[in-house]
Amino acid sequence: MINFEYARPSNVAEAVRQIAADPRAKFIAGGTNLVDLMKKDVERPPRLIDISRLPLKSVTEAPDGGLRIGALVPNTDLAYHPLVEQRYPMLSSAILAGASQQLRNMASTGGNLLQRTRCYYFYDVASPCNKREPGSGCSALGGFNRQHAILGASDACVATHPSDMCVALAALEAKVHVVGPGGERTIAFADFHRLPGSQPQRDTNLQPAEIITAIELPARGFARNYTYLKIRDRLSYAFALVSVAVGLELENGAIKEARVALGGVAHKPWREENAEAALRGQAAGDDSFSRAADLLLRNAKGLSHNAFKIDLAHRAVVRAFWQAARATPQSQSNKAIR
Amino acid sequence: MATPTPLPTKIAIALTVNGVSKQLELAPWTTLLDALRDHLDLTGTKKGCDHGQCGACTVLVDGRRVNACLVLAVMKDGATVTTIEGLARNGALHPLQQAFIDHDAFQCGYCTPGQICSAAGLIAEGRAKTPDEIRELMSGNVCRCAAYPNIIAAIQQAMAAMGSRP
Repeated sequence: MINFEYARPSNVAEAVRQIAADPRAKFIAGGTNLVDLMKKDVERPPRLIDISRLPLKSVTEAPDGGLRIGALVPNTDLAYHPLVEQRYPMLSSAILAGASQQLRNMASTGGNLLQRTRCYYFYDVASPCNKREPGSGCSALGGFNRQHAILGASDACVATHPSDMCVALAALEAKVHVVGPGGERTIAFADFHRLPGSQPQRDTNLQPAEIITAIELPARGFARNYTYLKIRDRLSYAFALVSVAVGLELENGAIKEARVALGGVAHKPWREENAEAALRGQAAGDDSFSRAADLLLRNAKGLSHNAFKIDLAHRAVVRAFWQAARATPQSQSNKAIR
Repeated sequence: MATPTPLPTKIAIALTVNGVSKQLELAPWTTLLDALRDHLDLTGTKKGCDHGQCGACTVLVDGRRVNACLVLAVMKDGATVTTIEGLARNGALHPLQQAFIDHDAFQCGYCTPGQICSAAGLIAEGRAKTPDEIRELMSGNVCRCAAYPNIIAAIQQAMAAMGSRP
């Protein structure tokens, strides 16, 4: 690993000042992704700013019935938090579908949002990669692209965002609270991550020297009719080929409100307003579910090795809607898909 | 000619490792795994992949299982660390160690310290009740010899011995 300097600011304002003064520095919290990337020479920060002891570790109830989650709450603590299990079980399920218990014990809430793609070429410093080295080219386009994007990709980058947690946060319409040199601001989850376009080196719309302080969940939690269905090459501890977060509100068999987000298919969790709008007022059933899946995937485009993901995603979406509608969410320990 | 940048200075930290206070001076890029193995001569914790993918380096930090290869030791100043060397008490094997022997839950043994520390974390968490749940919550520990059925049986035995099973 490269040599670097180490600093441990004692409050958020000091952390922001330190990183503003040294734009090549990086924040470190859980370190599960950054330390790995540093060992691979993909990230080479001359200074790490340790934010892991900042007081951002509480989960508090908001006056509007929502929840405010400190950016440094470990993934495990969030997944097992009684209020999350009870009101946002989709989020608990998505977190437990990702990584291993060791990694979830280390990884922070904010860091989960900021983890970088697991595209093999991004990790391999010998290969051209526009995300790692802008302008060098994309090795995945003509290479192995089984795990890559089918939606929202560009000629510059076909990488996917690897998070499971973020797929649920997208479906729940979370908000991201950040602090920067100019003060605080709030970013809607849909606006937090970016599509690659011509600047795949930018994963998010965070501005320089901004730090995530909290994630806010609105009151609507879809605690009765939800699921997180993750399809991968082995039963555990693997990134998604396709994952689906669904939340429904049903009234006499009709769909009052619907949310659906896809993971493993794009540079960010994928949602389509049209797909959700098309479900409202419809009867829950194969017809409405399949039509929503059509709308979600209408712009899907396969590469040489991942075209199978289009059909896989369609079927996973329909299955996930049924799991949610029947209130039989996918178990994250018994992996049989029902 | 530009003056070469001086190397960052070492940082003094304190750790309680297996019940013993340790003072260390470490470069910031020293992982907890390297600190244990190279600075404290505790070589029971293994370096497998060194990228958080295999679980061989699993130790307990403040009671929670983590991948020591992805932890920067300086970030854990003041922490309590338990490794495989710290599980036995007064010469008696930990119930997990005994259960791994009873069930022949290993072949080459390289993943075993990580498996046992991970299982100790699993039992402390209290979340796994069924074999499916044990398998899922142990998925961060890879056994290249595929001793998985015996590992699950050993963990179940230790859970029963430790009274953590309904």
